[in-house]
Amino acid sequence: MSVRRLDPHAERARRNRLHPRHLEFARPAWRWTSADGVTRINPHALGAIGPNGIRRIDRSGASVEAAAAGGPQASAEPSRRQITIDTPTAYVAVVPELPEGRLSDHDRDLLGLARQLAEARGGAEAGVAVVAVTFQAEVAGLEEAGADRRVDLSSRVDADSYAPEARLAALAAVETALAPAHWIFADDFPGGGDLGRRLAARLALASTASGDASARAATRVWQFADGQTLSRAGDRQDIQRDLARVLLALPECAEPVSETRHAATLLDLDASVSEAPAAPDVIDRGRVAVDPQQIPLAQAPFILSAGRGVSDWDGYHHAAKVLGASEGASRVAVDDGYMPRARQVGATGTFVSASCYVAVGISGAVQHLQGITKCQRVVAINSDPSCDMVKRADFAIIGDGDAVLAAVCAQLGQPQPERGDSRHEEVHHDAA
Amino acid sequence: MTQPERSASVAGEARVVALVSSGRHPVSGRAGRAREDARAVEMGLALAGASLHLAHAGDAEDAALPEYLGMFHGLEGAGGPGELSLLPMAAGDDAVPLLASWLEAYGANLVLTGQRAECGEGSGLLPYLLAERLGWAVATGVAAIEHYAGDRVTVLQALPQGQRRRLEVRLPCLLCVDGVAPMPRQSAFGPSRRGRVEAVANITAEPDTLQAAWQWQPARARPKRLKVVKSTNARDRFKAAAAKSAASGGQVLTDLTPDEAAQKLIDYLRAEKVLPAVQPGDEGQSSA
Repeated sequence: MSVRRLDPHAERARRNRLHPRHLEFARPAWRWTSADGVTRINPHALGAIGPNGIRRIDRSGASVEAAAAGGPQASAEPSRRQITIDTPTAYVAVVPELPEGRLSDHDRDLLGLARQLAEARGGAEAGVAVVAVTFQAEVAGLEEAGADRRVDLSSRVDADSYAPEARLAALAAVETALAPAHWIFADDFPGGGDLGRRLAARLALASTASGDASARAATRVWQFADGQTLSRAGDRQDIQRDLARVLLALPECAEPVSETRHAATLLDLDASVSEAPAAPDVIDRGRVAVDPQQIPLAQAPFILSAGRGVSDWDGYHHAAKVLGASEGASRVAVDDGYMPRARQVGATGTFVSASCYVAVGISGAVQHLQGITKCQRVVAINSDPSCDMVKRADFAIIGDGDAVLAAVCAQLGQPQPERGDSRHEEVHHDAA
Repeated sequence: MTQPERSASVAGEARVVALVSSGRHPVSGRAGRAREDARAVEMGLALAGASLHLAHAGDAEDAALPEYLGMFHGLEGAGGPGELSLLPMAAGDDAVPLLASWLEAYGANLVLTGQRAECGEGSGLLPYLLAERLGWAVATGVAAIEHYAGDRVTVLQALPQGQRRRLEVRLPCLLCVDGVAPMPRQSAFGPSRRGRVEAVANITAEPDTLQAAWQWQPARARPKRLKVVKSTNARDRFKAAAAKSAASGGQVLTDLTPDEAAQKLIDYLRAEKVLPAVQPGDEGQSSA
C-alpha cells in the first residue's frame, strides 16, 4: 500500500495549459494502464462538471479542470444592473393603469417607452428620471419595471371611484411641481385614454398661443424610433411626427425593461396642493349591476361553461344564476341542442377572454382550448383526470359535475328548488 | 335598453346636437356613416326626437351626410326632416375653433359624438379640446342615457368586460358615445332627400398649423412581439425554446365528495375574488 503524494510542480504544470510540460503532466483523466498491464477506467473521472453544474465530456483529449461541486449553478434570472439617479434634472412621467392594483403588461410597456424617451434625452447620465404617477399607495414591481421615482397621489384622489376632474387636478399639481418633459398614458377607455386626453387638452389650451407643434397630443402611439413616434390614425393611415408632450400609447408600444433595476424613490409633492373643484362636473354614482347573460360572451368576466359531462341542465342554469356567471358551452352541448349556438366557446364559436372560466364536464378539445387561451384562470370539474382540460386548468376537481354544482348552490344558501317548481319557468337565452 | 326618461318642458327647450363625421367601412373602405357617430345620432333621436340637430365641419359633398339625415324616421309625434349645419372647411383645417364658436352661438347644451373619428387624424381629442375651450363637462364611453332633466344628465358608462358605471354629468356637456351603445337605425332614402343641409355663413376656417410637419403613410402591420429569453447561458435559452408552454399544470383534487369539492371550489373562487368575500351572516348557512 502506497501513500499518495502530490507533486506541486506537476500540479502547477497541469493547471497551466501554457506550461511547456503541460501535456506531460496532464491528468490521464479516466483511463490508464496499471502496473500489471491491465487497462483501468475510472468512470467518475470521465468528463468534468462544467460551470452550469452539468457534467461535460470532452473527447478532444484536452483535460478539463473540474469545478468545485456545488459551484455556481445556472441562474434563471439574469442579474439586473442597478441604476440610481441622485438629482434628477428632467422627468418623464408615466401614469400606469394598474388594473386590480397591479402593473399590467401594458403598464410595463409604457414604462419601457418612458425609458426609451429618457435615453433619447440623455438617460441616467444626464439625470433624466422616469417618474411613475400612481393613484394607489402600494404598487409592487415599479423598480423592475423601470421607474426611478414615483409619486403617490392616493391621498388626494380616491383610487376606486371615477373622478376625472380630481385626478386631472392632481396631475396638474404634478405638472407644476415637476414639469415633466413627457407624459405617457395608456390609450384605453375609460382609463388613461380619458385622463390623458383631458390633460392634453388642458396643456394644449395653455400653450395654444405659442404654436408649439408638440402641444398636440400623440394618440395611439405604437412605435418610437429615431426621435419620432408612429401613431395609428383613422382610415388605415399612420402619422409619423416629432415627439409630443403627451403620448397615449397602445399595448406593445415598446419592450419592457429587462436589464436594469431602478430605485423608485417616493417623491414628496408638499408644495401647492391644488384641490379638486368643490362641485365636480362628473359624479360617479357607482357600478350598475349587469345581468351576466346580457354581456357579450367575448367580454364576459366570469363564465360557467358546460359540456357533454353535464346531464342536469336545470341544475346547471341554476348554478350559473347563483354564481352570477355567464353561460358558455362546448360544441357538443350546442350540437345536442342544450345550449344556443351563440353560447358556444371555441374556435368555431366565440373566443372568450374571461378572467375566470369554469368548465364543467368539458374534456377540452383543441378547438375549445383555442377559444380560452386568453382566460386568466381556468377551473375544470371533470370525472376524467387525464383529459386535456384538467391539464390546462389552474384548479381541477375530479368528480361528477352535476353533483358538485348542486353542492355549490346548496353551500351558497340557494339550493335548487324541486323539479316540479322549475318546470314552470323556461330558461330564455338572449339571441345575441 | 330602456328609453330615457325626460321631462317634456326641458326637452322642448333643450338643444341637443350630434356632431357627425364621415366614416369608412372597416372592410370595404366605402365612405358612409361613422359607426360611433351613427350610434350617437341614434341616442340623440331617442332622447330629443326630430328636434335633434346635426353638425358637421368639413366638405358639403360628403357622402356620409345624407346617410345621417336618412336616420330621421320612425319618430314619435310630428317628425320633421332632419337638419344639419355644415361648417365649410378643407381637410387640413382646424375644426375645433369652428365648432366651439358655432356650439356657443347655437346654444347647445347636450352634444353627442363618437369617441374617435374614422377618417383623418382620428385621435379622439376633439371633444376634450372643445370641452376645455368652452368650459363644459365631458364624459366618455357612454353606453346609454338614463335620465335627462334639469341641469344634469345621468348616463351609463361602458367599462371593460361588459360592466357599466352610472355617471351624473352637469349640463352643458359633451358625451362621447361608445361602440356598445344601441345599434343605429337604418338610413332611409326618403328622409335623406328631405333632410336640409344649411351651410353656416360668415365663418373662416384656419389651417391647422400643428399638423404641418406630420408625415402620413399607409398603416403598417404592427410587428408581433417575439418571445425573447434573455439569458447568459445556452442551457437556459435551450430549455426555454424547448419547453412546452401549456404544461404548467395546476392543482388537481381527486377523491372528494361533492360537498368537499364544492367547498374547495367556493374557497378558490373567493380567494381569486370572483365571488364576493364571505360575510359574517353567511357562515351559518355555508356550514349547515
